[in-house]
Amino acid sequence: MNDTQLDALVAAAAEGVDCDGLRVTADGDAYTFALPEETHEGLDESELRERATENPWFVSNWHYWTERDRPDAETAYLRWLEGADDRPVPERYEALADGGIEASWGELAIEIGLGDDGDRTYTLCHEDDANADTAALDVHTDPLEARELVKHDDRGRYRPLKTAPTLPTGWAFLDLDGRALARTVDIVYPATVANWHLERQGDLDISNWTETMERQTGIYGVIETWDRGEGHEHVNWVAEACCADSQCLKRREWEYDDDTDLDVDGGDGAFPCREPCSLVIAAARQWTKLEGEQPKTYEFELTPSEKEQIEDIIDAVADGEADDIREADVYEGANRYRTRFLRAKRFDEEGNLCGVPTDDEEN
Amino acid sequence: MQALVIVAHGSHLNPDASTPTYEHADTVRAAGVFDEVRTAFWKEEPSFREVLRTLESEEVYVVPLFISEGYFTEQVIPRELRLDGWDVAEWDSDGTSATHSTLEAGDVEKTVHYCGPVGTHDAMSDVIVRRAETVTDDPDVGEGFGLAVVGHGTERNENSAKAIEYHAERIGEMGRFDEVKALFMDEDPEIDDVTDFFESDDIVVVPLFVADGYHTQEDIPEDMGLTDDYRTGWETPAEVDGHRIWYAGAVGTEALTADVIIERAADAGADVGNAIEEIRRRTRVAGADGASVGD
Repeated sequence: MNDTQLDALVAAAAEGVDCDGLRVTADGDAYTFALPEETHEGLDESELRERATENPWFVSNWHYWTERDRPDAETAYLRWLEGADDRPVPERYEALADGGIEASWGELAIEIGLGDDGDRTYTLCHEDDANADTAALDVHTDPLEARELVKHDDRGRYRPLKTAPTLPTGWAFLDLDGRALARTVDIVYPATVANWHLERQGDLDISNWTETMERQTGIYGVIETWDRGEGHEHVNWVAEACCADSQCLKRREWEYDDDTDLDVDGGDGAFPCREPCSLVIAAARQWTKLEGEQPKTYEFELTPSEKEQIEDIIDAVADGEADDIREADVYEGANRYRTRFLRAKRFDEEGNLCGVPTDDEEN
Repeated sequence: MQALVIVAHGSHLNPDASTPTYEHADTVRAAGVFDEVRTAFWKEEPSFREVLRTLESEEVYVVPLFISEGYFTEQVIPRELRLDGWDVAEWDSDGTSATHSTLEAGDVEKTVHYCGPVGTHDAMSDVIVRRAETVTDDPDVGEGFGLAVVGHGTERNENSAKAIEYHAERIGEMGRFDEVKALFMDEDPEIDDVTDFFESDDIVVVPLFVADGYHTQEDIPEDMGLTDDYRTGWETPAEVDGHRIWYAGAVGTEALTADVIIERAADAGADVGNAIEEIRRRTRVAGADGASVGD
């Protein structure tokens, strides 16, 4: 606590102070100073200052949460990170002073420590780096630098979906204030704090599948034709393919329509997903085109192991595990040598499985 | 408080598509006249759909970093931003003259000043000229030079070509270059035959595109004959049919584009102080302050 905070408290008494257990009121020149377990009435200003000075954590805590100019969503988010609504001030300050409070947001690890005069300082990194020595990390302080940091994953691949669980490691933001922390989080996971706050207030505006697809135009207008009155199984497939925790950290809140929930679980992410995103829309456009085809019967001859191998390959690719199968592990169906053997044996010169053409009429 | 939001296309596939948007946002931010400067994308995040709710400011200037008026500026962006009561007739545009429209957004309590695209603003002519200066490294380039302003062109949207023709005509009227032509990828006159349209030995080719990507880095260089295979690169200038082609790449990557963004917002009523002069000064091409080229 410092003199500025103390003077601000005395000045605010006339309006009434009520924050995390600290209550200060004024009745003319007589002040009341109250904490959860003690109340002092009829204090003059110097006695008020004395009581406040004896309880610096309560005063600086009040100052931090009420005397800073920040948007409601940001205040709610920063308070949530340190559990301000659930943990009494002394317990919280002891934790802040004793190594800091740890919080998480998607794959981000956020550490909140105690700054000067009861202020907060925030540190942000990938959760896998939370216990790393900062000397080993690429250290930043400007939130805008996060734009380039999160563009590619650890394998160097472009991340078009910011909430994909592929946040790169090896970096940290140090000594951020609350504003800079919120700004950095908004760059790593855009609009997640705003939507989280709306959801907590009961005001999250959800656009379900049908309404989101109805508003598409241009090349995306075709998606609407995917609904042919045959139920919504196709949207379950979309959600299972794209919106699982393994693919996106947002928790899907949108459903098929106002009356019809999808059968697929929405996931466990901290931040809500309020409508199908642009990646889902782009994928749905392609599936709409592909799903316009009629099924055909093909006849293949495969050994039982070859059939299982094809299933293994699809699983490995769909789960992103193809690259993890060891070079010489020919016991795995999706092993590269096993797959090359299958291709050598079962593909004809045109690349047709078992020599069966895709389209009979063309052959 | 006033905010500037630059809305752009972005890409699911190309990590560089958003780079010029970020860079211009940084330039405008450094000018310090907006309380907040943000970017939003059709294909990246934050989406058009969610950017407004991340702002504190109640006055928001939205500038589309697009080349032409048309599908995106008239339908997609107003729809996705939930600009209640949007009516393209309010722009009263001939295809290149849209300025701005003031509306309320449906999901936030903010006033949105929705501006015409960057590509059709008069100041974009200056950016095209600046691009010619940058690629030739000559702040006085013009005499003895032809300038080709290149657009995509499409049968589906006549405004796409209008923006290109508009700037070609304006730059032609400046009398700075010996010849100025509008050329296209997908309609006549085509960029493939660029040397047929110029008598000048030196031709600067400036594609009116926002970001460098498939068209500006693969299609156009190959179509013009700068290279047989874009992956092997090309010379600048490159010799084609007895002419020297100075290929500039996407005009939207030119730093001065930030100036057009601010001008759009200023035209819509934003208080931008002296930021326009400041950005013009700071993005000036090397050598433009009196030093001769090569110093």
